[in-house]
Amino acid sequence: MAKRIVVDPVTRIEGHLRIDCEVENGKVKKAWSSGQMWRGIELILQGRDPREAWLFTQRICGVCTTVHAIASVRAVENALGLEVPVNAQFIRNLIIGAHGVHDHMVHFYHLCALDWVDIVSALKADARATAQLGQSLSSWKGNSYPEIKAVQDRLKGFVGSGQLGPFGSGYWGHPAMKLKPEVNLLAATHYLQALEYQRKINQVVAILGSKTPHIQNLAVGGVANPINMDSSSALNMEKLFHVKTLIDEVNDFVKNAMLVDVAAVGAFYADWTAYGAGVTNYLSVPDMPMDSKGTVFELPGGYIENGEISKFSPIKSYHDDFFEKNVKESIKHSWYKGDWNRHPYEEETVPDYTDFQDNGKYSWVKSPTFQGAPAQVGPLANVLAMYVSGHAPTKKYVDQTLATVSSLAKTQVGIPALHSTIGRIAARVVRCAVLNDTLNNQWSALVNNIGSGDVRTFNKPTFPAGEQRGFGFHEAPRGTLSHWVVIENGKIKNYQCVVPSTWNAGPRNDKDAPGPYEASLVGNPVADPEKPLEVLRTVHSFDPCLACAIHLVDGENREIVKVKVL
Amino acid sequence: MNILVLGVGNILLHDEGLGVRAIEELERAYAFAPEVELVDGGTCGLELLDNLKGRDLLVIIDAMKNGGPPGSVYRLADGEVPAHFNTRITPHQLGISDLLATLGLMDSLPGRLVLFGVEPGDLSTGLGLSESVEQALARVVVAVAAELAGYGLEPQLLAAEASRPPGFWSTRHLNP
Repeated sequence: MAKRIVVDPVTRIEGHLRIDCEVENGKVKKAWSSGQMWRGIELILQGRDPREAWLFTQRICGVCTTVHAIASVRAVENALGLEVPVNAQFIRNLIIGAHGVHDHMVHFYHLCALDWVDIVSALKADARATAQLGQSLSSWKGNSYPEIKAVQDRLKGFVGSGQLGPFGSGYWGHPAMKLKPEVNLLAATHYLQALEYQRKINQVVAILGSKTPHIQNLAVGGVANPINMDSSSALNMEKLFHVKTLIDEVNDFVKNAMLVDVAAVGAFYADWTAYGAGVTNYLSVPDMPMDSKGTVFELPGGYIENGEISKFSPIKSYHDDFFEKNVKESIKHSWYKGDWNRHPYEEETVPDYTDFQDNGKYSWVKSPTFQGAPAQVGPLANVLAMYVSGHAPTKKYVDQTLATVSSLAKTQVGIPALHSTIGRIAARVVRCAVLNDTLNNQWSALVNNIGSGDVRTFNKPTFPAGEQRGFGFHEAPRGTLSHWVVIENGKIKNYQCVVPSTWNAGPRNDKDAPGPYEASLVGNPVADPEKPLEVLRTVHSFDPCLACAIHLVDGENREIVKVKVL
Repeated sequence: MNILVLGVGNILLHDEGLGVRAIEELERAYAFAPEVELVDGGTCGLELLDNLKGRDLLVIIDAMKNGGPPGSVYRLADGEVPAHFNTRITPHQLGISDLLATLGLMDSLPGRLVLFGVEPGDLSTGLGLSESVEQALARVVVAVAAELAGYGLEPQLLAAEASRPPGFWSTRHLNP
């Protein structure tokens, strides 16, 4: 008989996501993904000044502040046909690149690694053997014996005090944990080091964004940063060189610790390349615009249908019809009034809460589709698109990672292995490495452009009478984010955010096809329904973040086993 | 002395945004000693690590459900504070508790921790504070100023305080 597992909430930090699984013979047979909170931002923005929308959207979520700010100004600029000075593009690119590195690093080490790395087992490791192992894998300076021994002692003290803190909710000793104590200790060492490096890269956001955690320097039409090499309060060479130093320090960690760690985890958990593929329609958008119009990008993006790389359709500009026309959202299984499948410009947001109905409405998240089908978004979708586009750094880091995995696992592991739970995690780290290279390129582009005498950062927007429609997209850390705005006589008439976690965590769509989380869970092993670590591994591999949701609702709990995970 | 006054909360949820509003109001009304930094933390988590690391005193201002009538002002100190963030449900609760736990792991916890909480009346989606919490805002601001005075760092009330423009997130500015 099938047993039902409910995991609620799933995320270690932000958000309220509930996953229901029907488990039979040790495997997931059916799954439901339910957003337990309601997003009301669309209603708040109606009637407001479009130039201020980004100040509100960056408050939707505590993790994704910057990305919602960027998508919002891009949407309004798109509606107005407003170009953005290249200095402003480069400054924005540096901010989103640094934010992306920060976010990927925090997800890999602090939110996801503990599904695979057993902290308690690390206490039993031989610190000297761990240092030898680390040094055999890479030249990372943080793999020295004294450093590793100090981390182990700190962990012992921490665990011994009974104050487990961030480690309090781990499934230590679970049969699905398979790493040797030494590998666990090496990963734990990098976990602690990553806390320092994520802090450093976030300083780039603070320097350029004028303030952190909520950046202050954006404007519809550019950025508010004055560039003046002779002023201490403006963006000057001293600040730019500080930014460069931070990028280089973090680069060293990402390339020599993080990329190696993900290859090791991938090799020792190679069986996980067989689970979690789910929806293999992949959507990503190009980002890091290099011109004022948004037609030339450093990072490519596009649509891959049904996992077939030969069927790649690139998305080419901020005015790309193929993207604009093909996004729709269905509410057949979502707690909104009615049953429609509409384009974001035409949507309405009228909540209509029922209880959790397996075959009816069961989520606050809408179900987005691209060309009528569900699509997976996120680093894997983006890395595949960049790989097939021939983006050289992506190709380098993918091939390098697969080669390390193959050598450690002693079996040939290729691109098809990426369509999996572990593949999603590997792609995130590859993207983090790519973003680090991008940061260097964007920094050089900015410095060279300023050197040529161009210090412009802002084009003033004007709002004509009548109606304008526009969309802004951004390849955010969790995937494709788009904001859609309808402006009427200078005020917002309609506003919709189609966020990455909506694409991935969406419920069944108008044709009852499951969303990416739901599809990826089917067939997952579950050794112990009381401790469904395997379910968490697959859901966490998407980097779920549902705080774009707002209102807290207490759903009916009809589960057999309810698991609380922080 | 190295002090951070951190306001947290979600301004899109009416009274949930009290902490953010308090920072805005403190900045509008007072001049602070260089040892005191004010940060609007919104609903952020680990992004705030850099701000929180190694402070002698951390003052957090937040909405807090404690069973009292809306607008009640509470003060918790040190050991009482993390428990508050571990037990209640708001969109940012896990961010702050993770942050404190992580600071512990890094051996960088603040020397002292004080939380000023205000009982919310309205947590539904929307902008601006409810009337009772709006009134409590003035009391929290005075209480934070008095807390800092206890460390010899009393903020100076700005002369034209009453005539300075309202903050961006103030009820008066958002819902004119």
